[in-house]
Amino acid sequence: MIELILKFSAFVSIGTTMGILYVLLSESIPFFREVSLIDFLTDTQWTPLFTNKHFGILPLITGTLTVTLIALLVAVPLGIIIAVFLSEYASPKFRRSIKPILEILAAIPTVVYGFFALMTVTPILQTIIPGLSGFNALSAGIVMGIMIIPMVSSLSEDAMYAVPKSLREASYAMGANKFQTAFKVVIPAAFSGIIVSIILAIARAIGETMIVAIAAGQQPRFTMDPTVPIQTLTAYIVQVSLGDIQHGSLEYKTIYAAGIMLFAITFLLNSISFYLRKKYQEKYI
Amino acid sequence: MKRSVRNKIYDKVFEIIGYTATFFGLIILLYFITDIVYEGWNRIDYDFLTSYTSRKAEKSGIFPAWVGSVWILALTLIISVPIGIASGIYFEEYAKKNKITYMLEVNIANLAGVPSIIYGLLGLEIFGRMFGFGSSILTGSLTLALLILPIIIVSTREALKAVPQSLRDASFALGASKWQTIWLQILPSSMGGVLTGTILALSRAVGETAPLIVIGALAYVPFIPSSPMDEFTVLPMQIFEWTSRPQHEFLINAAAAIIVLLCITFLMNGIAIYLRNKWQKKNQW
Repeated sequence: MIELILKFSAFVSIGTTMGILYVLLSESIPFFREVSLIDFLTDTQWTPLFTNKHFGILPLITGTLTVTLIALLVAVPLGIIIAVFLSEYASPKFRRSIKPILEILAAIPTVVYGFFALMTVTPILQTIIPGLSGFNALSAGIVMGIMIIPMVSSLSEDAMYAVPKSLREASYAMGANKFQTAFKVVIPAAFSGIIVSIILAIARAIGETMIVAIAAGQQPRFTMDPTVPIQTLTAYIVQVSLGDIQHGSLEYKTIYAAGIMLFAITFLLNSISFYLRKKYQEKYI
Repeated sequence: MKRSVRNKIYDKVFEIIGYTATFFGLIILLYFITDIVYEGWNRIDYDFLTSYTSRKAEKSGIFPAWVGSVWILALTLIISVPIGIASGIYFEEYAKKNKITYMLEVNIANLAGVPSIIYGLLGLEIFGRMFGFGSSILTGSLTLALLILPIIIVSTREALKAVPQSLRDASFALGASKWQTIWLQILPSSMGGVLTGTILALSRAVGETAPLIVIGALAYVPFIPSSPMDEFTVLPMQIFEWTSRPQHEFLINAAAAIIVLLCITFLMNGIAIYLRNKWQKKNQW
């Protein structure tokens, strides 16, 4: 009896996945009856809310990619340096006390990061880059990068920490210093774990909503220029949700088309990372 | 220069880079928060906490917003915690190692990576329309409960895993049934980990904005919700609404509301870290 109740709870998560798939498909299939998939994937204009309607998802994709790329340029180098430093150089005591503090970066509500990007980072960047628009992908991407540093550093560090001591000792015995050991022995040995952390960070950046909705603007543009206002998949869903759009109309269904695109990309990335983790988890044990 | 000397210099230089990288994000965050406190601190007073929103920035307050956040927090807790802990127990103590269990595990790992805005689309369609709950507190709580469920499940499993087999054996040897063992021995001794994970998950729910925008939470609420079926706003929604206005006075309001939200976030995270340390000291197997 108790087992049945527990089992039922465990199946709530299956229900959630089926619910997500049902909602996304049931609303976007009618959308694709009216808009051809080829137009959707190749048209370079996204203007479903205007009179002259175009339904090309590419501008939202380039917007999403631009912000994600900038976030990765910030988070990946910093995250990996932190991971190497904590696992190879820092004392165990420093490591133990700094890790929960770094996690604070990921615990701050994203709407707060959005405010930072718009009110603090953009004005600073505008003094460096003249002509930078008040809404832009650059400031949103940088702030998002700071937010996802702990995702990269924490998982990469776990992977490096799991590399057996004997490998390091062998390297030291050959006369290598810490720096050489870290970059030529530990990082290659922990490579799959580092890749997993980066993939998860990418998925997180693509799905992030509030920072881009606040600071990156609401203008779908087919460009990778980080200095102009753009729109991401997530920010588009926010824009439509805030407006007054009739339920069941074609405009309304566009958010589910954007949603299914977003779900497909993140699902793919998450599956790859899960597969890699399972495959390499017990390599050294 | 001798190679050994050069190697030592490399090590020293990298150590400095490591410290810099580790504190880089934290220092920027500190700068952001100082900036916010400087902007918003003087705006926080008794009236700000007990007033409704108004067209005049100086008269606006966050009364409906924080009451809404408390409602959401309480209901999300009631819905998500029993289901989350129950599924954690199922996976760790009951589930057989077979294909179905593996599938459920993959599914939970994937759900943890689904962008929060997708949960919003799910909540809007299933709870809002299909169940007819509209844009109520109940719809918001159900949506956020599903969003944080994977976090609670994973942390419950980690906590249960840490309980040594000898404790189970001892309980069984005294004639306890499986459920008695779980309820009276394993759960109490893993409570620290379970609580830590739960509080962190709930703190995430309090800071969420995007899914609530999608389910149609209001930006302007001139009343205090009195039942789960009422419409509502929450602190992050209020911050977002004020941030998207051009007048500077509203941005000061947003900064003040951010201070309140950050206090809640830091308090919850602080409690979680405190509990984790306390239980780690108490239970050294």
